[in-house]
Amino acid sequence: MHELALCESIRSIIDEHAARGGFARVARVSLEIGQFACVEVDALRFGFDVAMRGGPAEAAELHIETVPASAWCMACARPVTIGQRYDPCPACGSHQIQVTGGDALRIKSMEVD
Amino acid sequence: MSQSRLIEIEQDILGKNDRYAAVNRRRFEAHGVLALNLLSSPGSGKTTLLCRTIAMRPNDLPVYVIEGDQQTSADAERIRAAGAPAIQINTGKGCHLDAHMVGHAVEHLVPVAGSVLFIENVGNLVCPAAFDLGEAHKVVILSVTEGEDKPLKYPDMFAAADLVLINKVDLLPHLEFDVDLAIANARRIKRGLRAIRVSARTGEGMADWLAWIEGACMMAGAGRVRAEA
Repeated sequence: MHELALCESIRSIIDEHAARGGFARVARVSLEIGQFACVEVDALRFGFDVAMRGGPAEAAELHIETVPASAWCMACARPVTIGQRYDPCPACGSHQIQVTGGDALRIKSMEVD
Repeated sequence: MSQSRLIEIEQDILGKNDRYAAVNRRRFEAHGVLALNLLSSPGSGKTTLLCRTIAMRPNDLPVYVIEGDQQTSADAERIRAAGAPAIQINTGKGCHLDAHMVGHAVEHLVPVAGSVLFIENVGNLVCPAAFDLGEAHKVVILSVTEGEDKPLKYPDMFAAADLVLINKVDLLPHLEFDVDLAIANARRIKRGLRAIRVSARTGEGMADWLAWIEGACMMAGAGRVRAEA
């Protein structure tokens, strides 16, 4: 449901670009999705096909690049990579971690013709 | 013959919502309105807590409520009966409120300077985390009839919150819920997250919650406007 709302936003961004960009068909849409962006990729793919129907990106290929989360460990005073928000620092085990990235939700590019 | 080409977009998918949220936030700040986005699972006691908050608030603190639910206007009616202007947004099949809906609701409610606007989001600990409404703070309500591990199961919501209310503490004698563990789990997700134990039924902890609201009003400039009025 949430993913479908995101797909509807993607559709309106594509429609805006199509209206002023002079293209009729989108062959490929590339997204950048952060690991912590609370998006289920399978649900997003399903919603994408539904939301693109009857528009320039109907039948477009969806390419999703997952961006790993980044965090800062205050105990180690250095950047670390974590798998989940509640993970401890992989080096020292401390929970004094600040998540610094990984919630990106962007359309990067489109291949059109 | 057409030729395929690549267009760089580099656009946030939620950019449109974020622009509406920024407009709401500027409007709230300019008018000295403290907007609080209340989030929880269904059945955590959000509406009962709001009714009690309205009943116990200082006499000179105007309160407005936006109620989000998929269907029915039952909650808005409960809030009006408790003594605050309320507007119901039915999201239909939608699982969250967005900033555009809230902006429209605010045009109808027209909260006065120095007031508090509670936005009771759709009962859902997943999707509303991603949609900024322009609020000053997100407040998560976790009731003791749920699990202590909820913050770990739904980390995005707790990571976005500035306060967690542990509700229905009057039921603790009948349950095995470990409040300290629930709060510790929430703080694994967000360090130093403020937590207040409340019971909307008995009124326990309500004074602390109201004090937090008054503090947030001061920070939002709402207290200043009210003092000058």
